[in-house]
Amino acid sequence: MGRYVLRRVALSVVTLFLLVSAVFLITSVLPADPGRQVAGPFAPQATVDAINERLGTDDPVLTQYGRLLKSTITFDFGESFQLRQPVNDLLWPAVGRSAKLVVFGLVLTVPLAIAAGMYAARKRNTFADRSIVTLGVASSSIPEFVSGVTLQFLIGVKLGWFETLALAPRGSNLITELRYLTLPALALVVVYFGYIARMTRAGTINALDADYTRTAVMKGLPNRRVMRGHVMRNALQPTVSVIGIQIGYLFSGLIGLELIFNYPGLGRLIYNAVGAKDFPMLSAAVILVGIIYMLCTLGADLVIAWMNPRARMEGARS
Amino acid sequence: MTVDEAPAPTQKAAGGEHALSIEDLELAYKVRGVPREVLRGVTFHVRPGEAYGLVGESGCGKSTTAYAALRYLPSNGVITGGRILVGGQDVTRMSEKQLRRFRATEASMVYQDPGSALNPTVKIGRQVSEAFTILGRNGKDALEAARNALKRVRIADPDRVMQRYPHQLSGGMQQRVVIAMALACDPRLLVLDEPTTGLDATVEAEVLDLVRTLRNETDAAILLIAHNLGVIRSMCDRVGVMYAGKIVEEGDAVEVFEAPKHPYTVGLLQCLPRHGVRKSQRALFTIPGTLPQIGTDLPTCVYVDRCALADDLCRTEVPPVVHVEVGHTESRSDAAHFSRCHHIDRLEQIPEPLSEDNENLLKGKVVIKMEDVSKTFRQRGHDVPALVGIQLDVGGGETLGLVGESGSGKTTLAKVMLGIYEPDAGSEITLDEHLLAGKAMNRPPADMRAMQMVFQNPDSALNRTWSVRRILKRTVNKLTGIKGDEADRRIETLADALRLTPRHLDMRPRQLSGGLKQRVAIARAFAGDPRLVVCDEPTSALDVSVQAAILNLLSDLQSNESTSYLFISHDLGVVRYLADRIIVMYLGRLQEEGTTDQIFDGPHHPYTEALLSAVPSVDGEPSKRIRLSGEIPSPANPPSGCVFHTRCHRFIEGTCDVIEPPVVEIEPGHRIRCHLSVEELGQTQVAV
Amino acid sequence: MSMGVPPPIASGAAAVVEAEAARAVSDDVLGEAGPGSHVPIDMRAERRQARKERRRLLLRRPGFVIGFLILAFWIVCAIGGDKITPNPPLVSVDAGGLSPRAGFLMGTDVLGRDVLSRVMAGARDVLIVAPIAATLSVAAGTMLGLLMGYYRGWVDEVLSRLVEVLLSIPVVLMALLIVATLGSSRLVVIMTVAVLFTPIVTRTVRAATLAESQLDYVTSARLRGEGGLFVMLREILPNIRPTILVEYTVRIGYAVFTVATLSFLGAGIKPPSPDWGLAVADNYQLIQSGQWWGTLFPALAIASVVIATNLVADSIEAVISS
Repeated sequence: MGRYVLRRVALSVVTLFLLVSAVFLITSVLPADPGRQVAGPFAPQATVDAINERLGTDDPVLTQYGRLLKSTITFDFGESFQLRQPVNDLLWPAVGRSAKLVVFGLVLTVPLAIAAGMYAARKRNTFADRSIVTLGVASSSIPEFVSGVTLQFLIGVKLGWFETLALAPRGSNLITELRYLTLPALALVVVYFGYIARMTRAGTINALDADYTRTAVMKGLPNRRVMRGHVMRNALQPTVSVIGIQIGYLFSGLIGLELIFNYPGLGRLIYNAVGAKDFPMLSAAVILVGIIYMLCTLGADLVIAWMNPRARMEGARS
Repeated sequence: MTVDEAPAPTQKAAGGEHALSIEDLELAYKVRGVPREVLRGVTFHVRPGEAYGLVGESGCGKSTTAYAALRYLPSNGVITGGRILVGGQDVTRMSEKQLRRFRATEASMVYQDPGSALNPTVKIGRQVSEAFTILGRNGKDALEAARNALKRVRIADPDRVMQRYPHQLSGGMQQRVVIAMALACDPRLLVLDEPTTGLDATVEAEVLDLVRTLRNETDAAILLIAHNLGVIRSMCDRVGVMYAGKIVEEGDAVEVFEAPKHPYTVGLLQCLPRHGVRKSQRALFTIPGTLPQIGTDLPTCVYVDRCALADDLCRTEVPPVVHVEVGHTESRSDAAHFSRCHHIDRLEQIPEPLSEDNENLLKGKVVIKMEDVSKTFRQRGHDVPALVGIQLDVGGGETLGLVGESGSGKTTLAKVMLGIYEPDAGSEITLDEHLLAGKAMNRPPADMRAMQMVFQNPDSALNRTWSVRRILKRTVNKLTGIKGDEADRRIETLADALRLTPRHLDMRPRQLSGGLKQRVAIARAFAGDPRLVVCDEPTSALDVSVQAAILNLLSDLQSNESTSYLFISHDLGVVRYLADRIIVMYLGRLQEEGTTDQIFDGPHHPYTEALLSAVPSVDGEPSKRIRLSGEIPSPANPPSGCVFHTRCHRFIEGTCDVIEPPVVEIEPGHRIRCHLSVEELGQTQVAV
Repeated sequence: MSMGVPPPIASGAAAVVEAEAARAVSDDVLGEAGPGSHVPIDMRAERRQARKERRRLLLRRPGFVIGFLILAFWIVCAIGGDKITPNPPLVSVDAGGLSPRAGFLMGTDVLGRDVLSRVMAGARDVLIVAPIAATLSVAAGTMLGLLMGYYRGWVDEVLSRLVEVLLSIPVVLMALLIVATLGSSRLVVIMTVAVLFTPIVTRTVRAATLAESQLDYVTSARLRGEGGLFVMLREILPNIRPTILVEYTVRIGYAVFTVATLSFLGAGIKPPSPDWGLAVADNYQLIQSGQWWGTLFPALAIASVVIATNLVADSIEAVISS
C-alpha cells in the first residue's frame, strides 16, 4: 500500500507541474502585451509600460516561468493587481467560504444520490429505476446558474422559504449560515445528483451480478449481510472515484452561483480577476483549483485502494 | 409429458432414502415475456454418499439443474413443474427464510471459476469463517473453525492463507478455499459445477483427488456437473446424460461409457479421440446439427433432429424408458441402466467413420526451424523469461503438438514463431532455410503468407463488422496479391474445402455458431496457401461434436495441402489424435520431444509422466497415478537448476536443484531433458 | 448387449451413409434471435432491417421522443432566426419591464425588447457554436484516441499525462482563462471548447481502442501485413463507432452547457446578441425585485436544450447496448 501511495503522489506532482506550465503558457506567453491587456486600449503608453514593469513581463521567458514555479511552491503569488492587496489575503478567506458551500452541497447530494442509485439498481428496469435514471440525466444537464436562478426565484422570491442571497450577516452561527446557503446548495444538488446516482447504480448492478454475490447468497446469508459485507464495498468504488472528480468541477460551477447569490467566494474572485485581467490573482486561483482537484482525486484513489486490494497492486492508471 | 415408468430399484440401507430427488423438473427462462423451456422433465435421484454426474454439451441444461437444486435461478427463470427434494424437504416450496436456512445448513455449492466466486475485497479468513457464523458460531470460534476447514482441504499454512486476498492465491488454492466453505456445514448435498474447468491438468488432478478423499470423510450426496467425460468417469458412481433439458440415458458411469445405449451417448463418445486413436487410422465421428435452442417445441424425442436412427415412430411417439441389463465387467455398482429410445436394438447401425490408411504422408524436409530461441519480457523492472533456449523443427506436412500448462510459454512460442513478438538477440528462426526477420512487420509478404494462425476464441478472431466474404477477400488480396474475379474464385474454393455455403459468405460473424466461425478462421489461415499454420487451442471453446468436425477438417486439409501444423492444446487425447510429433514444455523450456508414440509409450520425462497420469480419461484410469506437489512456479522466478525440480517426484537432491539437466537423446528422435538415465526413467514410478 | 469393438463396415449403400456421416459438417447456423425469423441473404436488406429495428426501439422510448421534439423546435427557431419571431429581437418595441401578457407572451426585458423573440432568436447562436465545437473535439479526440490506444509506447505515456492535466482543470475555468487573454469572439469560444473537450473524447476512444486491440482479429490483421493506419481505420474504428456516436451526442449537450455558462460569465458571445446566457447575465439581478421573466425564460431554454440532448444521447446508448 505504501508503494502505491508514493507512486500516486509522485504522479500528482508531475501533473501539477504540467498544470503550472499550462497556466504559464496561457497567461504569460499567449497574450501579446499583458500590460496593454490590463490597461485597456485607451491608456497611455507610459501606464502600459509601468504595468509591464510591475508584472515583470519584460524579463526573459524562463525567468518568468521560474517565478511562477516558485510562487506555486511557496504559494505566494504576490499582489493582486486589481485590489492592491496580497493575493493570499484575498484568496484564503474566499476559498474558505466556497468550501463551506461545496461541503454543504456534497453533504446533501452524496447520501441522496447513493441511496437513489442503489435503489435503482435493486429495482432494475422497473418504472422507479427508469424514472431515477431519466431524472438524473435530465437534471445533470442543467448548468448551475440556470438551476440557481430558477430556485432563487421559485423558492426564494415566490415562496420565501429561504434567503435569496447567500452571505449571512457577520457573526451568525453555523445554522444561520447554512440557512443562507441552502438555495445555492440545492442548485448544486440538482446538478450533481444525476451523475453520482448513475455511477452508483452501475457499480451496484455490477456487484449484484457478480459471482461473489452469488456465493454469498448461496451461503445462506441474509440480504442485509450480503449487501453490507459483499456488495457495497465493490459497488461504491466507481462512485468514490466520481465524487473525487466532481469536487474539482464543483469549484468551477460555483462561479455562476456565487454571482447570482452574491456570495464572496473563490468563484466570484475568479470572475472579477478575469474582468480586470488580474493575472497574478488569476494564476493563483486557477492553480489552487487544480491543486484541490488533484488532492480530491488522490484522496479518492487512496480510498479505492483501501477498499480494493487488487487496485493497490496495479498502481496508478490513467 | 412422459410418464416415467422406471421404478426406483430398492437400494441397500447404505443409502436408504435419497439425499437428492429431482422429480420431473420443468424450468423455463422468460425471454421478453415468453417462457422458453430449458428443462423438460428431469428426473433422477442421488443417495447419501453417492456421486452422480450430469454430462452434456453446452446448453443442455446441466448447470441450470445444478443451480436449481439449490433453487438459484436467474431473475427470468421460473420453475414450471416438478419437485426438488433434498433430504425429504421440497426446495421448490420453501419460503425465503427456509431457503436461506437450507442453503446455510443442508446444501452447498462449488463453482466453476473460483477466482470470481470469492470476493476480491474480503480476506479469505473472513470469507470462510462467514460460512460458520451463519451456523451460529461466534467470532473466535468461527475463525478457529475456518482454520480447521482449510486444514481439512489440505492447505499447508492456513494462517497465512487466511490473511490473504483471493487474487493472491493460485487457481487450485482458490478452489480448495471454495470447497472448504462448502463443507463448513457438513451438507447433505454438495453440488459441483464444472469445478476444474479452467484449471491446469496437474492442478485439476489434485483438486479431484481432494474431492475423492473428502468423500470418504463425509456422506454427503454429490452432484457433479462437467462436460469432460473423463472427469465424470473418474469421480462418479452414476452418470446421467442430458440432452435438450432431458436425461436421455442414465446408469453406472463405467457402464454407460463402455456400453452406451442411447444414440446421443454413442455419438458423443465416438466424437472423442478414444483409446489412443490417431488421425492416420480414421476420421472422428461427428454429430450433424446443433443443440436445439431453448424453448423449441420438442414433443416427442428430443434428439430426433440429429439422430441417425430417427424414423417416423420417433417423431410421433414419445420414446419409452428402456431398462438395460447391467453386466459390464468394470461396473462399480449394480445401478439401474436405462435409456430413452425406441430403437435401442439398432445402435450398431449408427454409421461410423471410415478408416483411413494414410500412415505415411508426404513428410518433406524441414520447413521451420528454431535455434536457441529465447524471449524475455520486461515487466515493471523485472525480466520474465517466457522462453529459454528453444530448439525445434517442423517438417513438411507434419503436425507438431505442443503441450504444457500455464506459464509453459506455449502461446509465446507460437507468437514468436509468427513474429508477433520479437525474440531475444541470438535467436534464429528459419523458414525453408532462410532466416526470418524477428518482427512480422519486417518480413516480406512471401514469408507472411507462409505462416498463419488459428486462434482459440472464434468470437474475437473475426472482425464483427466485416462480412465473411470481406474477411476472406481482404486476406487473399493482401497475402497473395490476387484481386477481382480470380480472388472470388479462390474464395469459393476455400469455402468449399471448409464446407461453407455461399449464404455463409454473406453473413457477419455474430450470425454464425462457434464451429462455423472457426471454420471461417481456418479458411482465412489457408487463404494464402501457407506452409505452416499455428493452431492455438482451436477447439477448446467448442463443444465435443463440433470439435470432432474441426479436427477432421484440419486433418483433411493437411493431407490435401501438405501443410504443417504447430498444434497447441491442453487436451492430450486431441493432441494424440492429430500430432505426429510432440514437444512438452514447462516454464518456457523444452522438457521432452519425440514422436507421438514415443511420448505416450515412454520412457517419459517425469513431468510428462505426471501429466499423462493426471488427465482423467473417459477410457478409464491410468495404471499409475503420479501426484505432483506444490504449485506451478511463476515464470518470473524460475527455480534453479532444473526448473521442474520443485515438484518432481524423482528429485535428486544436490543435482536437480543445482545443475541444469542436459538434453539426452534416448532413442532416435526422442529427446529428454533430465538428469536420470534411460534405465532409471524406464523403471516403474512409485505410484502415490 | 455391449458395444466394445465397432462392428465391421457394411458395403454398398451403408458405406455411402457412413462416409456422409463421417464427413457431415452441416448447417449449424444460428439465425437471429426471435421466433420464426429467418436470415435474409441480401446484406443490404439485412442492414436496412437492422436500422428499422433500431429506429422502432428508439421511438418507443419516451425520453427519445421528448428530447427529439424539443431539439426539433429549437432547430426550427435557429434556422428561421428573426424571420419567424413575432417581434424584432434586437430592437426595443415597448416599455421596459412589462410582465408576460397578450402580445408579449414572455414579457419585455429591461430595455423593452420582446423576450419571446429574443429567446427564439437566441437558439441560433447556441446551436451553431456548440455543435461545431463538439464536432471538432470528437474528430480530434477520435484520431488521438486511436493513435494512443493502438500504438501505445512512449507516445501514449506522454499524451496520457497531458490528457490528465487538461482534465484536471474544469473546462469553464480554463475557458475563462483563455478568453481573458484572447478576448471573446465566436471563433475563440469554438476553439476553446473544442480544445478543452478533446481530452475527454480521447480518453473514451483510447479505452475503447485498447479493448479492441486485445482481440485476435487485430493480431490476425498484423499477420497479414496490414499497416497501422489500415488497422486503426478499417478494422478497429468500425467496431467502436457506437461508442463514438454516444460520446458525440453527450458532447453536444455539454457544449451547449459550456457555451451558455461562458456567455453568462461574459466570456462568450457579445451583446446585443440575444444569446441566452447573456440574457440571464443581464437580467438576473432583477429577480430580487420580482422581474423574473427576463431571466427565467432564457434559463429554461438552456435547460431544455441540454436536457433534450442528454435524453437523446441516453436513449441512443441504451438502444445500442441492448
